[in-house]
Amino acid sequence: MIVTVKELDRAVIRFSGDSGDGMQLTGTLFSTLSAVFGNEISTFPDYPAEIRAPQGTLSGVSGYQVHIGNKVYTPGDKADVLVAMNPAALKVNVKNIKKDTVVLIDVDAFDENGLKKALYKTLDPIEELKLGSVQIVSVPISTLVKESLADSGMGNKDILRSKNMFALGLICWLFNKPIEEAMHLLNRKFGKKPTILEANIKVLTDGFNYGHNIHASVSTYNIQPTEMPKGIYTDVKGNEATAWGLIAAAQQAGLQLFLGSYPITPASEILQELSARKDLGVITVQAEDEIAGVCTAIGASFAGNLAATSTSGPGLALKAEGINLAVMAELPLVIVDVQRGGPSTGLPTKTEQSDLLQALYGRNGESPLVVLAASTPSNCFDFAYTASKLALEHMTPVILLTDGFLANGSSAWRLPDLSQYPAIHPPFVHKEMQDKWAPYLRNEEGSRYWAVPGMEGFAHRVGGLEKDSRTGAISTDPANHQLMTDLRQQKIDNIAKVIPPLQLSGDSQADLLVVGWGGTYGHLYSAVQQFNEQGSQAALAHFNYINPLPANTEEVLNKFKKIVVCELNSGQFASYLRSKLKLKGEVLQYNKVQGQPFTVEELIQHFTAIL
Amino acid sequence: MQTSYTINDFKSDQYVRWCPGCGNHAVLNSIQKAMSEIGISPDNTAVISGIGCSSRLPYYVNTYGFHTIHGRASAIATGVKVANPKLAVWQITGDGDCLAIGGNHFIHTVRRNIDINLVQMNNGMYGLTKGQYAPTSKRGFVSKSSPYGTVEDPFNAADLCFGAGGQFFARIMDVDLKNSQEVMKLAAKHQGCSVVEALVNCIIFNDGTHKDVSAKDVREDHTIFLRHGERMIFGKDRNKGLIVDGFKLKVVKIGENGITENDILIHDAKCQDKTLHFKLGHMRAPEFPLALGIIRDAEAPVYDQDVYAQLEEVKPKHNFKSLNDFFMSLETWEIK
Ligand SMILES: Cc1ncc(C[n+]2csc(CCOP(=O)(O)OP(=O)(O)O)c2C)c(N)n1
Ligand code: SF4
Ligand SMILES: [Mg+2]
Repeated sequence: MIVTVKELDRAVIRFSGDSGDGMQLTGTLFSTLSAVFGNEISTFPDYPAEIRAPQGTLSGVSGYQVHIGNKVYTPGDKADVLVAMNPAALKVNVKNIKKDTVVLIDVDAFDENGLKKALYKTLDPIEELKLGSVQIVSVPISTLVKESLADSGMGNKDILRSKNMFALGLICWLFNKPIEEAMHLLNRKFGKKPTILEANIKVLTDGFNYGHNIHASVSTYNIQPTEMPKGIYTDVKGNEATAWGLIAAAQQAGLQLFLGSYPITPASEILQELSARKDLGVITVQAEDEIAGVCTAIGASFAGNLAATSTSGPGLALKAEGINLAVMAELPLVIVDVQRGGPSTGLPTKTEQSDLLQALYGRNGESPLVVLAASTPSNCFDFAYTASKLALEHMTPVILLTDGFLANGSSAWRLPDLSQYPAIHPPFVHKEMQDKWAPYLRNEEGSRYWAVPGMEGFAHRVGGLEKDSRTGAISTDPANHQLMTDLRQQKIDNIAKVIPPLQLSGDSQADLLVVGWGGTYGHLYSAVQQFNEQGSQAALAHFNYINPLPANTEEVLNKFKKIVVCELNSGQFASYLRSKLKLKGEVLQYNKVQGQPFTVEELIQHFTAIL
Repeated sequence: MQTSYTINDFKSDQYVRWCPGCGNHAVLNSIQKAMSEIGISPDNTAVISGIGCSSRLPYYVNTYGFHTIHGRASAIATGVKVANPKLAVWQITGDGDCLAIGGNHFIHTVRRNIDINLVQMNNGMYGLTKGQYAPTSKRGFVSKSSPYGTVEDPFNAADLCFGAGGQFFARIMDVDLKNSQEVMKLAAKHQGCSVVEALVNCIIFNDGTHKDVSAKDVREDHTIFLRHGERMIFGKDRNKGLIVDGFKLKVVKIGENGITENDILIHDAKCQDKTLHFKLGHMRAPEFPLALGIIRDAEAPVYDQDVYAQLEEVKPKHNFKSLNDFFMSLETWEIK
């Protein structure tokens, strides 16, 4: 029998199984080895909300989607290949597959008991789920793994833990990927546990060979490597990139990095990663709550550190008063908000962009600050760096918005050459200015000078009460309050001069402008590209700088007859743009609040409908 | 470099705006005195406060100062100290600021044992907002927000402090400047979180709140000033003392029932076991004398020191000189 090999530009593979089945690891290994092979990657995990839901149930299904190939900007809408380790995983993912998806199942798990746990009504899941057209590849994975490790001396339970490696071996076969890289990765991961390592490698190899030997009726796939810029690469998740961006900024500014934080999904990894980076001199305090998280950071900023706090929406709400203290005292502070579904506790593990207005306006008084938004997992690094630079140089809090999608998603990332990053120069006081210095004396950019405890001759008092515009002494003078209000606003407005202008992608002569911000970039970019490839015309304006907006925003937006602002909320950025700009064209909205990213397909459908 | 200071080095040019007769004035004085005696310059001192009459204090001290937001001074002071442990960090707070809105931060700061000097001005209510009851107000306290009296019991700062694992707790009174200065200096010298509760009078909204212990005529009989290594003797005639009776403390008279001076307890502020400190801190007049002075002054690991010790321990493990070194330790691949 001749096995055919199909050449593909890209493919979406979704690994799914019980939360104990190790699907996250399998997915990560596959995406990394594909990246090492030279494919672009984008991944997205889909965890269950429960830590350990009952085994085999629908609520316990854990998924990991990997998109590999070239021109990969999202983890993909629907899977070309689905791995379903049990009946629950198959059922949950019906909505994530196409008519002709290859579905690889562990047929051993599809017994009466397994089907019952996943609430099937019949004993024929394929018929019941109407999957007649998909290509099912049934493999008795559990049985084969037991055989594979029969002589290992391991217990049954431990043996079955390696099921995921069998699946990985099969997928490597299906995509014609060498398994040596997978072995290398396993070595790094389990190097200190030789029994587990050996078992995993054995099962991986057996899975791979099984694929070769069964001559399943499916063809295998080849996805050629993409030409990528030269350099050293790693794969990075958004939260890691954010943490590393902060470290990079501290290193460039010559300051100690301090993080005050309180664990919250989906932001906790920033605290965890920075806590692990004590080996780079990072100081972290896991505070007693979010308020103390931001307040310890404010204290550290007062004492001259690059200070940051990380959280998600509910935590940002708690931090509001503290952030305002930094607004008033004009201290540098980076606040990272990894957005999740709200309001209240909302959807902790799901993504959303609904904290925008909270970030912009969620504080008492006139409280201007800088708001930035990262747009890919890897550029979380750049925007954490930029947030720090703007905070330090302009003596202001900066809120960096990321989201659950960016935080947990990963992409391949070329390691940055920090010498190419702009230097960071906080406006520290210096000896020569001692005679004419006052705590609220400002430089040309409107930032006050930074005098840090320990500096001789600059002892002074600051606080949250309104202050005299020069001396910083408490002042309730009406004209002074107006002046200070204006100065704080001007300081932020001035930042528009140092940020890059808004740039378009797609067809800049089109009638339709698609507008987005933050974590939806990959989907919007892919949608506009594909829309234009299909013969239609649209351009994309994607924002990373929210407040202040790039100086040319109004000019750029007014070149288009129709604007559609697409965001994962009910229209917050759209109303912000309307309030900030005089827009001539029609401003439409496309909003989704389902805790899920956009799909490229639904975006294209929507663009088509409005043109 | 200057290494010795006078109290004037720590006075700012700001006019002190507390009401004449406010107990805070005396505490300010003993803080400035202590600062001048520990040999740390004003430029290396940071005074962090919350919000309240008492929290205005940083403006009156010629150091780096931060008058922050209500209840959060503990957290902000923690950030300052961890960011730069070389600084002498003081936290100034009121009973409301510290024990109501800031209660959570207070207990965790004590628990961590971070090296700050925390001075809490207890005037038994909220001064700045003009006289509502506080978590320190006695049951039945009549105030603007409790016109029929409160129906809740107060916190005792000492109980909270020890309950949170506190290693240093002292109590002083505004009317007793000499002892206050002595205590404040030792508090400043203590390594770890030193909590000083200052009983202060609010002449405007709660005049006489502490008079059952502070009034001249009752003071000696209703308070006991504890000093490490000295016998727990008190009273106008210095003839009363404390002994342990079963699980309880007991007031006895020297010379009565065969009690001699040698039967009276000797104060051991440095004892690791907190049991007796708990009881001493809990004593209330009139059954017992209110304990003043340093009730506990014990050694324990200090948070900010350990944060840096851990850093030094961890750094050589990977020996990263820069972020790039760390990147190179990750799983990487090269595109040529
Ligand atoms: C978030 C917030 N809530 C309430 C207030 C109002 N407030 C200011 S001071 C204060 C109480 C102060 O009492 P205390 O700490 O005992 O200080 P005192 O004035 O008695 O010295 C209150 C409730 C505030 N400033 N901020
Ligand atoms: S109102 Fe009371 S606490 Fe406030 S300054 Fe006056 S006397 Fe002191
Ligand atoms: Mg008070």
